[in-house]
Amino acid sequence: MTGRIAVGSGGLSTTVQDLGRPGRYSIGMPPSGAMDQYSYRLGNLLVGNDEGAAALEATYIGPTLEFSDDRVVAVTGGDAAVTLNGDPVPTWEALAVSAGDVLAFGMISSGARPYVAVSGGVDVPEYLGSRSTYTLIGLGGLEGRKLADGDELPLGPARGPSTAGARVPDELVPRFGSDIEVRTVVGLCSYRLTETALDSFLSTPWRVTKDADRVGYRLRGGTLDFVEREQPFGAGSDPANVVDLGYPIGSVQVPGGDEPIVLLGDAVTGGGYATVGTVVSVDRDLFGQAKTGDTVRFRPVDVDEALAARAERNQQLQRARAALTREEA
Amino acid sequence: MSVRTELPPARYEYGGDEFVFVELDQQMSIEANFKAMMITSALAERELEGIVDICPSNASYLIRVDPDVLSPRDLVAVLQELETGAGEVPDDYVLSTRIVDVPVLFGDPWTHEALMRFRDRHQDPDSTDLEYGARVNGFDSVQAFVDHLSGNPWLVTMLGFVPGLPFCYQLEPRERQVQVPKYVRPRTFTPERAFGIGGAFSVIYPVQGAGGYQLYGISPVPVLDVRQDHPDFAHSIVFPKVGDIWRYRSIDRAEYDETRDRVEKGEYRYRQRDVEFSPAAFLADPQAVNDSLLEVLYR
Repeated sequence: MTGRIAVGSGGLSTTVQDLGRPGRYSIGMPPSGAMDQYSYRLGNLLVGNDEGAAALEATYIGPTLEFSDDRVVAVTGGDAAVTLNGDPVPTWEALAVSAGDVLAFGMISSGARPYVAVSGGVDVPEYLGSRSTYTLIGLGGLEGRKLADGDELPLGPARGPSTAGARVPDELVPRFGSDIEVRTVVGLCSYRLTETALDSFLSTPWRVTKDADRVGYRLRGGTLDFVEREQPFGAGSDPANVVDLGYPIGSVQVPGGDEPIVLLGDAVTGGGYATVGTVVSVDRDLFGQAKTGDTVRFRPVDVDEALAARAERNQQLQRARAALTREEA
Repeated sequence: MSVRTELPPARYEYGGDEFVFVELDQQMSIEANFKAMMITSALAERELEGIVDICPSNASYLIRVDPDVLSPRDLVAVLQELETGAGEVPDDYVLSTRIVDVPVLFGDPWTHEALMRFRDRHQDPDSTDLEYGARVNGFDSVQAFVDHLSGNPWLVTMLGFVPGLPFCYQLEPRERQVQVPKYVRPRTFTPERAFGIGGAFSVIYPVQGAGGYQLYGISPVPVLDVRQDHPDFAHSIVFPKVGDIWRYRSIDRAEYDETRDRVEKGEYRYRQRDVEFSPAAFLADPQAVNDSLLEVLYR
C-alpha cells in the first residue's frame, strides 16, 4: 500500500513545489518551483530524497499533516514552532514518523516559508516535467491549487535506509532577519530612471507590502522619477511604460515610480513596464523568506559578482551534500 | 511606399546571472520584430548547451541560460556575432508561417461589465473603452474603429505575461496604426478570452485575471488549453506562435454562441492557411500584401 499524507489543515497557503518547470518562458510560462531553493533542497537531502523531489512549501502558517506509514520528514526554511503529536521537535533535522503521527506548526518566528520534505517525496502527477504548483493557471501540484483541509497527498516509495537523526550542521543553516540586502545587477531599462532616482532606488530601505506572493513582491518606501521623453511608438503614454518586453525572473519594475515589484518564481514573463535591474539568482531565495513589513535594500553588483555568488552557493550546497548524503557502504 | 525604420545599435544587458536581455529598438516596428525573430531563430539552430529559454519579444529578446553550463558573457559574444551576421532584414527574407481567422465579439456584455466595474481606474470614466479608443484615434464612430481593428491582419510579435497570451501588432503602416494608453491603474479582473489593446498591441487574455489593456471584446475560442483537449492544441498547450498572422474577424452574438458551443463540444477547429510573408513586400505595398493574405485565408 502506498503511503499518503492526510491534510488536517492546509495552513495559509501551502503548495507542492520542486525544482521548477524551466524551459517554457517563451510561451509565457514561468518556472514556478520552491521560492527558497536552498532550504527546499536541504530538506530533501535530510530525508534521503533526490534533491528535486516534490515537497510542501508553506506560507506564514504551516499545515497539519497526518502520516499513514513509516516515513522520515524534515522541516527547513522559515523558522516555526513544529510539533509531532503535540511535542516540540527540531527543524533542520530528519525525524522518524509512523502511521497516525501528526506534524503541526505554530506561529512563524523568522522567515516566511517553511518547507516539509518527506522521504519518497510528494507523488502528485508531473505536469510538463515538474510537480510544482502554478496556481495562476491552476496546473501542477495537487489539482493546481493550494492545499485545503481534508486533502490527501500520495507519497512515493521511500528508498535507502532511514536517515532519521541527520542534522544540517549549524554553519549551513541560513538565518532569516527582517532586513534583507539583495545583490542586484542594475540595467535592462534603467536608463528610464533619472540619476537621482537610480541612487534613491539603491539607497532606500524598501518595505515589503502585503501584496507579496509567489508571483512577485511589491515594495513601498520612496518615489522614483523617470527621465522625461516623448514616449516611443507602441509603448503607451505613461513614463513607466516601454514597448512590451520580456521580464527576467528577479527583475525589478517600478510602475508609477513608487511601487517597485520584484518578480519571482511564478513571474509574469513579460509586459510593458520599464525594468531597472535584476536580483541575482541566489538572492531570490531571500525573498522567499521575506514577509510583509520586512525591509529590502538593493546592492548593486556586476555580472561577475553575480556569477561568483552563484559559485559560492554551489560550493555551499556541495558541503551540505557531503554532510548529509550517506554513501552506501 | 512606407518609410523604413532604421534600427539603432542593439543594447546588451545582463538580467542577473541567468538572463541576457537585448533591446533592438525602444520603439516598435516590423523591422525590429523581424530582427528579433531572425536572431533568436539563428540562436536556436546552434543548439548551444546551457540555453534554457529563447524568447523573441516585440522589439527586443530575452535569453535564459544555465550559467553553470554557459556563461552569460560567452552568450553575449555569440549574440553579437549573430547580430552582425543578420544585418538588416534582407529584401529576399520570407517568413513561412500561417494566417489564422480569430473571431471576436466586439462590445460584448462580459467585457462591458468588467470595464464598467473599473471606471475609476480609467483615463475617461465617462466613456466605454471602445468609445475612448475610437475618439483618441480619430475615428467617427465605434463601428469605424471596430472595422479598422478587424480589417487588416495582425502579426503575433511576442508571447508572454501569462501562458499563451499573444501580443499582436497590426500589419499597417505607421500612420494607420492605432495606439491607446494602458489603464491608469490595472484592473484586478479581466474575463477569460477578452480582447484588448494597450500601446500599439492587441492581446487575448488566456485566463481570467488582472490586466491593464483597454477592453474591446471577447473571443469564443481559446488560446490556452492546459489539458490539451482541443484538437488544435495536440502539440502544445498554447495556440499562438510568434510569427503567426491573425485576422480578428468581427462576429455577431449568434455566431459567438454557436462557436462557443462547438468549442465546448471539442469540435471547433481554427481556420488557418499556410502563407509566406515577405517583410520587404509588405513595407513596399502593405495593402496589397494584406489583401492577398486575406484572400488566401478565405479562399
